Amino acid sequence: MKSVNTIVDRRDGKLVMAHFYVAFIALAIGGLAGLLQTLVRSGKFELPSWTGYYQILTIHGVVLGLVLTTFFIMGFQLALVSKTSGTLTAKQRKTGWIGFWTMTVGTVMAAVMILMNEASVLYTFYAPLQAHALFYIGLTLVVVGSWIDGAALIMAYASWRKANPGKPSPLLTFMAMVNTLMWIVATIGVAATVLFQLLPWSLGLVERVDVLVSRTLFWYFGHPLVYFWLLPAYMAWYAIVPKIIGGKIFSDSLARMSFILFLLFSIPVGFHHQLTEPGIDPAWKFLQVVLTFLVVIPSLMTAFSLFATFEMYGRSKGATGLFGWLKKLPWGDARFVVPFIGMLAFIPAGAGGLVNASHQLNQVVHNTIWVTGHFHLTLATSVVLTFFGISYWLVPHLTGRVLTKAMNKLAIIQGVVWAIGMTFMSGAMHAAGLLGAPRRSSFSTYGGSEQAMEWIPYQVAQAVGGSILFLGIILMLYIFINLAFFAPKGEEEFPVGEVSDAAEKTPMVFENWKLWIGITVLLILFAYTIPFIDMIENAPIGSKGYKFF
Amino acid sequence: MHIHKFEKIWLIFGITTLLVFLTVVGVSAFYMGNQPPSCLATINPEKVDTTAPFDEPGLKKVEGKEWDYELIFVASAFAYNPGQVEVPKGAKVKVIATTKDVIHGFEVAGTNINMMLEPGYISEFVTTFDKAGEYLIVCNEYCGVGHHMMSSKIEVVE
Repeated sequence: MKSVNTIVDRRDGKLVMAHFYVAFIALAIGGLAGLLQTLVRSGKFELPSWTGYYQILTIHGVVLGLVLTTFFIMGFQLALVSKTSGTLTAKQRKTGWIGFWTMTVGTVMAAVMILMNEASVLYTFYAPLQAHALFYIGLTLVVVGSWIDGAALIMAYASWRKANPGKPSPLLTFMAMVNTLMWIVATIGVAATVLFQLLPWSLGLVERVDVLVSRTLFWYFGHPLVYFWLLPAYMAWYAIVPKIIGGKIFSDSLARMSFILFLLFSIPVGFHHQLTEPGIDPAWKFLQVVLTFLVVIPSLMTAFSLFATFEMYGRSKGATGLFGWLKKLPWGDARFVVPFIGMLAFIPAGAGGLVNASHQLNQVVHNTIWVTGHFHLTLATSVVLTFFGISYWLVPHLTGRVLTKAMNKLAIIQGVVWAIGMTFMSGAMHAAGLLGAPRRSSFSTYGGSEQAMEWIPYQVAQAVGGSILFLGIILMLYIFINLAFFAPKGEEEFPVGEVSDAAEKTPMVFENWKLWIGITVLLILFAYTIPFIDMIENAPIGSKGYKFF
Repeated sequence: MHIHKFEKIWLIFGITTLLVFLTVVGVSAFYMGNQPPSCLATINPEKVDTTAPFDEPGLKKVEGKEWDYELIFVASAFAYNPGQVEVPKGAKVKVIATTKDVIHGFEVAGTNINMMLEPGYISEFVTTFDKAGEYLIVCNEYCGVGHHMMSSKIEVVE
């Protein structure tokens, strides 16, 4: 793989940084909201009367789950494409800016509605709880803006392919394409429920909404959403971390194949979030459970590939014995260590995910705080620490500065603080969840129930963990501001991995989007058509809106 | 496309375990009947109070069915009806529940009873209460400002 640009063009850099500013403002606001939640739920702290637990929880979920992730990912992917496929054309860059502003306007609209307590419906906005129409319009604009950003990426990919006929696209551009296409196919679901169901209903144009159809469309989007978060981390693990440690990418073809498998198996699986719901036939639930578990295969490929890269590098440096190569890894380099902590977190995170998606085990943990513990390992550790690890070189690269030794050290401390805080918080959440403590609930003794009393020590541990994590957020924001505005001028490397010499030529079949999107659509139709027809044919009378907040 | 020998071994091992796992889950679901709650019956959510069996919430002995009792619950923001109920130990009970307004959860902490209550649908789960004691029912799906106050109690008595 050849790198077209040594340095990302300044004009593209500005576009990427605009996305990152919003992402890190979101981190500050959402992180504070998270801290407040853990404190309230410990039972030792009360919110002032002008706000409430569920309003803060809505802010936390929307701002971190939707805003931070979407802005960071779109910015990162734009940087990857500009770096590996060449500077964006004026038209592509303009499209990117339109996407950015559309998302930003949407974010502000949704945020104002949440702050006015017109939309305390959490980031999943399940009907028949009804938010203000402007909240739904704001979220729609965020999604539409991400499509426009995606269009800029697809245009850049298309012009590279045109200029290089018969050649496979650069690996990181290819990966950004897979994630963008998956995102577009997935967001059609949430766009459909918002535009055709929730928006007309919140405007009073229709009186009732079909709750099950709305939830099904939401979860058709909701699970690929988590892979939309995860795949950019995988891009860094597959193709950037090898360069940082001084090794090679294990296999270009296998990396592409695992991304294609994620595209195929991320979407037709939403029912595993709806296992305990009435109204869906259990046989169809089981079918989607099976499809869900097929992502185990690309996940195992990823794990193998990463550790193969690490071991091959260590052995090339003269490591001996079964685990001697571990010592050769660059443990003093934050660009490696912080994403590495994320990789380690993915081991318990993935195991917990197997429990959640299981047809029967799910019943023990469904909607308990175990689930919250689970995605604070996946999203809030594996993914987010990798995003932080990326920021440590990408931000100074884009701003023409360098990551100093002092900042590198602070960045490693940041990663360790995060790991400690999350061990407390997520560990306590998993444990309390197994005892039955519900997720998304303010502090309660449930009338002095003995069972609820058992949960409280774990809730205190969550507050301890949450406070440590908040320190981690302050450190991260400090480093980000330093790298964006104050670090010494210089040239920070944009690491792009090279494929090991022994690897074979990449087959062109991976670029056959008609084939992959075709299979994706067929799988979706297979998994959803009949249950969807059932839902509509057997639908009860719809629900009126309620504003219980 | 070339796949390294070790990776082949790793993937064959992984895929085999996956198949074994899915077979176990499938046999449990379809042969042993351990399916998640998926009652397909519907109801008018605005007429719950006048629709049987929800017009009489609480425990009822039934005859000639696979279970001994039916335990009827009606959920609404932010309470369950009944707010407390006694169940004899060892009884096989079918829990039948629905909601009158928004989505609620129905989780009996410390048991496998965990189901979503959605307006327009009836949720059911059959279980046996083997251990005496007090079981807390909590709403585990956000339903509004009083969500964390929404609870009920099952007392399993000798």
